Amino acid sequence: MRGLMYVQRGRTLWRSAQASRRLQVSRLHRPARQLQQKRVMEGEKPWALISEVGEQGYLEELSDILTQHFQIIGHRDFLRDPQLYGEKIQAMFVWDFKPAAEASLLSSLPSLKVVANGGVGIDHLDVPYISSLGVKVTNTPNVVDEATADIAMALLLASARKVVEGHQIATDPKTTHIMQCPMGEEVSGATLGIVGMGNIGYKIAQRSKGFDMRILYHNRSRRSVEDEQAVGASYCQKIDDLLKQSDFVVLAVNLTPETTGLISHRELSLMRSTATLVNISRGLVVEQDALVTALRSGKIRAAALDVTHPEPLPRDHPLLGLPNVLITPHVGTNTYTTTRKMMQKMVQNALAAVTGQPIPNEVKP
Amino acid sequence: KYKEIRVLKTLLLFELLHVQLTNCEDKPWALDSEVGGEFGYLEEQADILRHFQIISHRDLLQNPELHGPKIQALLMWKYCPTAEPALLGLLPSLKVVASGGVGTDHLDVDATADFAMGLLLASAREILEGHQIAMDPNTVHIPQSLMGVEVTGSTLGIIGMGDIGYKIAQRSFGFEMKILYHNRTRRSVEDERAVRGSYCERLDDLLRRSDFVVVAVKLTSRTTGLIGRRELSLMKPSATLVNISRGQVVDQDALVEALQSGGIRAAALDVTHPEPLPRDHPLLGLPNVLITPHIGTNTNNTARAMVERMVENALAAVKGLPVPNEVRSQSQ
Repeated sequence: MRGLMYVQRGRTLWRSAQASRRLQVSRLHRPARQLQQKRVMEGEKPWALISEVGEQGYLEELSDILTQHFQIIGHRDFLRDPQLYGEKIQAMFVWDFKPAAEASLLSSLPSLKVVANGGVGIDHLDVPYISSLGVKVTNTPNVVDEATADIAMALLLASARKVVEGHQIATDPKTTHIMQCPMGEEVSGATLGIVGMGNIGYKIAQRSKGFDMRILYHNRSRRSVEDEQAVGASYCQKIDDLLKQSDFVVLAVNLTPETTGLISHRELSLMRSTATLVNISRGLVVEQDALVTALRSGKIRAAALDVTHPEPLPRDHPLLGLPNVLITPHVGTNTYTTTRKMMQKMVQNALAAVTGQPIPNEVKP
Repeated sequence: KYKEIRVLKTLLLFELLHVQLTNCEDKPWALDSEVGGEFGYLEEQADILRHFQIISHRDLLQNPELHGPKIQALLMWKYCPTAEPALLGLLPSLKVVASGGVGTDHLDVDATADFAMGLLLASAREILEGHQIAMDPNTVHIPQSLMGVEVTGSTLGIIGMGDIGYKIAQRSFGFEMKILYHNRTRRSVEDERAVRGSYCERLDDLLRRSDFVVVAVKLTSRTTGLIGRRELSLMKPSATLVNISRGQVVDQDALVEALQSGGIRAAALDVTHPEPLPRDHPLLGLPNVLITPHIGTNTNNTARAMVERMVENALAAVKGLPVPNEVRSQSQ
């Protein structure tokens, strides 16, 4: 384990070096529009509460996206003197669910105009409650779609073709021969079942088409004929039909009361024993105990999860001990390009709310 | 008409022989590595081998004088057993070395193209590292610093636009990737249009412009060391190299240097030279390398189809019939 920590530190240092290389490049290409906005705002910048820069918060090299338009204060610093800072704060940025927009915090922010979320999912925000305080809620749809669809495909392929196991064998000190294993599942020509055919689900369908996959989808509402034909997708009004026929089931729904525990014992029993479950929505969409049972008993072949509940899982959780589970730590939007776009959109929304302009991505209660 | 009758007679003969083979114990002998175990065929494929009486390499070596002369076919699955002079010298009745699982199969196109995409995406989005962090007993928080590179909308450069290269292009098209390709010959206008691919007559152009470079060439004297120090230096520092052809196509020492110095961002390799790498090889120690043990065709469906093809070829050769996939030497 210590070895892994050293490797991780090495990687972090190496990555910072890479990041600063990229930062140098990106600084040179800052658009003129942003510089203009900066001049306009050169007076008093509005105050915004954030989690933190660095550590578990925003990447240092991207923090200028925030500071360009806002005077930021980290949650920890805020808590040292809430009376002093509380009145000044007009915007709150929520990134990776932090800071938590709970009553105890919101009540100390009398001037708050907006809770601006980074990311499209807002199941962690009590929108009716926040709105009742006269505070707007915003999110960042659309900019997250492509990176999230890409991660769904990455997880599907990595699980199907045993990429992680392959790497572990290839780099194992004890490996002396190329062996027959690991054997994977065919992706080309397989049946993909997409549960939740919103923007992200549809992008997943577009990507799968190139693999000659047969595409089924289940959604609250049916998509247009043109949409279906463009990707060769067939509608399954009943989720059971999708589950019975799919080699790969991808969950791309929002988390709502209707979708909580959507995939449980019954649904997993309907799936093929050779099928793979891929979850890129929210951990709570899947009943995790049922999933553990299904994976252990061979009811399904494998699972690939970018989301769990909680995140991260407790270190003794049974999911972590199963050989047929691939888990990534919620990296669905983790590219510099997408993260930058999300932060820009989040700031744009907050700025509009604070200056009384029309808000691009308001989430109504 | 005469030809027709001859063809029919041949087919009938083959059918009779086929029936005979499966009905009696006078099946031809074939040498293979072994069924089951770490290095042999999967149990699921053992039934395909029923056309032969099988003797394993290990058993042959226990009594080569007795077993050697019986063997008419050598079934070589993924280079095992190796058709070296020492072995071939023990097999005076050998009619055919039937190779399966690598190289000239053509049944593996889809699976290999899929795997190339799998490597590309896993490397770009740090799947391996993500999984390691998610599983690490010391992980307490979701890390913010695990950043990958965008695949959608990026530029993919395919070196070698044969069947596999083109299937890779078809798959990448769904990710809205801009596709460049370099090949000995240019593809048709329709082919290019279907994937919006642009031909790069000069490899250098492709290398300079690509975010992902996928190597999908055959190994020949011309492609050995195709990607060397110079080629790697032309690539972007943010670029990823994906190799699914053969280890020798890439100058591995140059690759190590490029990866260590930040000349390129990362590499994802299903093939190395040798396979596997010696355990102290520098590639194994680099954080920005993903290596898989030549599993580009490892799916049950594809493996089965390849074993079937290999056996079919071996049977045909043993029976003196036209061999479907005979590989002639370049001098012929």
